[in-house]
Amino acid sequence: MANLTPELAAWKAKIEKHASGFGLDFFETIFEIITYDQINQFAAYGGFPVRYPHWRFGMEYEQLSKSYEYGLSKIYEMVINTDPCYAYLMEGNRMVDQKLVMAHVYGHCDFFKNNQWFAPTNRKMMDAMANHATRIRRYIDRYGVDVVEDFVDKCLSLENLIDRYSPYIRKRTEKERQEEARSKDQVGLLQVGREYMDEYINPPDFVQFQRDKRREEMESREKVPSEPQRDVLEFLMHFAPLKNWQQDVLSIIRDEAYYFAPQGMTKIMNEGWASYWHSKIMTEKVMKDSEIIDFADAHSGTMAMAPNGFNPYKVGIELFRDIEERWNKGRFGKEWNECDDIRVKSDWDLKLGKGREKVFEVRRNYNDVTFIDEFLTEDFCVRNKFFVYKFNKRAGRYEIDTRDFPMIKKQLLFQLTNFGQPIIQVENANFENRGELLLTHLYEGIEMQPDYMRETLRNLQAIWSRPVNLATVVDNQARLIHFDGKEFKEVVLQAS
Amino acid sequence: MAIREDHGRFRDIIRGRIKENFKKYVSHGEMVGKRENDFVKIPVPYIDIPRFKYGPKQRGGVGQGQGSPGDPIDGDPQDGSGEAGNSPGQHQLEVDISMEELADILGEELELPRIQPKGRPQADAVKTKYSGIAPVGPEGLRHFKSSYKRALKRYISSGIYDPKEPVIVPVRADFRYRSFKQVVQPQAKAVVIYMMDVSGSMGEEQKEIVRLESFWINTWLKRHYRGLETRFVIHDAAAKEVDEKTFFSTSESGGTLISSAYKLCQQIIEADYPWNEWNVYPFHFSDGDNWSGEDTRLCMRLLREFFLPNVNMFGYGQVESKYGSGQFLKDLEREFPSEESLVLSKIENREKILSSIKDFLGKGK
Repeated sequence: MANLTPELAAWKAKIEKHASGFGLDFFETIFEIITYDQINQFAAYGGFPVRYPHWRFGMEYEQLSKSYEYGLSKIYEMVINTDPCYAYLMEGNRMVDQKLVMAHVYGHCDFFKNNQWFAPTNRKMMDAMANHATRIRRYIDRYGVDVVEDFVDKCLSLENLIDRYSPYIRKRTEKERQEEARSKDQVGLLQVGREYMDEYINPPDFVQFQRDKRREEMESREKVPSEPQRDVLEFLMHFAPLKNWQQDVLSIIRDEAYYFAPQGMTKIMNEGWASYWHSKIMTEKVMKDSEIIDFADAHSGTMAMAPNGFNPYKVGIELFRDIEERWNKGRFGKEWNECDDIRVKSDWDLKLGKGREKVFEVRRNYNDVTFIDEFLTEDFCVRNKFFVYKFNKRAGRYEIDTRDFPMIKKQLLFQLTNFGQPIIQVENANFENRGELLLTHLYEGIEMQPDYMRETLRNLQAIWSRPVNLATVVDNQARLIHFDGKEFKEVVLQAS
Repeated sequence: MAIREDHGRFRDIIRGRIKENFKKYVSHGEMVGKRENDFVKIPVPYIDIPRFKYGPKQRGGVGQGQGSPGDPIDGDPQDGSGEAGNSPGQHQLEVDISMEELADILGEELELPRIQPKGRPQADAVKTKYSGIAPVGPEGLRHFKSSYKRALKRYISSGIYDPKEPVIVPVRADFRYRSFKQVVQPQAKAVVIYMMDVSGSMGEEQKEIVRLESFWINTWLKRHYRGLETRFVIHDAAAKEVDEKTFFSTSESGGTLISSAYKLCQQIIEADYPWNEWNVYPFHFSDGDNWSGEDTRLCMRLLREFFLPNVNMFGYGQVESKYGSGQFLKDLEREFPSEESLVLSKIENREKILSSIKDFLGKGK
């Protein structure tokens, strides 16, 4: 790891000035120069220099190294959402690449600092990750690598079962919720026609008796959780019979999942925003004439769409540019939407000049779901040749299904919501009054992959220790999958 | 670096040294993926931690590009949603590599020794190749283009070039000539003769195993011998020589006389591949059933008297099948308990192909 060369340091200062000049607002950004091997290592660690020991980082590392060594791909830039922001430059890249990366990184840093979905993230995550590593290493020393690793594997299998929106909502804790549910309950008293008769028909000791009875009843019937909970990891932390170290490991995995969640929620926006700015800063300010070809090559490489693929960089940058143009020309609002005349529309220009202001507002307030929901237009889809593909069972291949705008939007939103993963929630921790865990899958018309589902249930059962149940849909039938640690049972549920 | 530990642990899981129960998550893929010209796609192993997720076939997605509804889209579409964090989201990595690299990777993975070709090194042929440019040489080999370029350069750099009258007069120092280099081409010649039992008891699965296995053997030997020749022999009760395509697609039925194949192999070698010039590699794949003990004895005699003293290696791979008794392997083991150039390998199923290749090629013969 090395500090910047004087030449790079000079460019960094310039680019930083230009970025601020455009109105970007970022934490202090520290660039470090590292070798390709280090960059692969850091990338395998999700950008961090230290993570807890786990084989999957080794696997990522192998994939990255191999694809670099075989010349398939290389990582241009890496930036960590912390304060100060750390970013890495790869040793031996061309100067034009380094400049591009720095400009791109300032885009990311601005996004990290200002996008509201990043507001609750821990900006000292570098320290937290190192701390997690130390804790897990300590458990490995005490309990053995196999035991700890097995448990980590099981937790990772449930890693995606968090409630991505929970950091943005102040939630009552489970305890508060229980208290509330209890106090709300009416005590069963006798009906009284006339108010003055009340104390004779319901004497105080009877009221007290009814109250006690009611409470007892409530407590015995009490449902945990009182309402379905999507943060399965949190639920397990509190209610599964875990040893202290296991609980701690689970909390580590959960913390890290929450840390990475906003990056997944804003992938299109974040990359689009950074690309928008690297392109602007490079083409308008920083690039030398002699570098234009190399820049164009690198830029188009990033924006390239694999045949029929979907590239978040490309979609993001195009959408931001589209928004800027629409707000510059006033192409929004009631009058624009109600205008049917193609000619009028194509010449529509109110010269509002609000584009820049609007994109900054968008980068502050939106995530990928709301971004696509609000700003994806039919016109944009046609221009960018979007389509929906489906798997054709008869032909045994993926086929273009439709280019219908509402369908495209629906599909896109669906695959962004919850990262395109099934939504699972804890329904009952005392299912059938036998201490069994019941999860429900909020079925949205797409079934889960059965072998993965079963393996995941197996891991869940190992953590819960009592049998676990999952209500989902298999082969177009609502079913309850039951796993008791030895075998699976499937029961068809009646439509309710 | 800590990543080395993690990586080592991952490799251990892949190799099945630890965490046996994880084997099922390792995505093997086909070892020989698509083959396009000189390139193959091989998947890099990946362990998928099970999660609740949608079935891929049901999911669909959004893409960009040409085409109208109903048109197929190429390959499996990439997942657009991306992974959390900064790492790329692809799951199965496919790598395009050349056959030579593939052989090297195979060698590295299986820790195979380099082959020491036998045969005389003086058989190397020396060839003359005109590939260079030199400042001296006979006029007959003058290279007009480079000479003109030199002269033009000289004109421009000394400022006497006149675009209106672009006449170039070369001087002595401008002239360039073709020059030759002597290239030594090693002439270690090698032939692989594949023999396969196609009697009724060898099913599709067994043949697929033989196909994969011979692909890898070929890849490895080609890395060491330029111009490797391959011959194919199939046999049931009688043997015949066939081409590669037929070799892998034929399904016969009936009995098995292994000696028929060995005899034919002997004839091929005697006719076309004299021992002193050729490295010879006969490979025989069978499910281990032979018609009679007498025929087996004949095979043993052929092996002892003809093959083993002369070939680099004689490989016998026994593919497990429902019907085969696997007796032949046992007979060979009994007959030649410590014969260096006879390599025996048992291939129970697809997963054992790699270890069987290691059996065959691990001796560096």
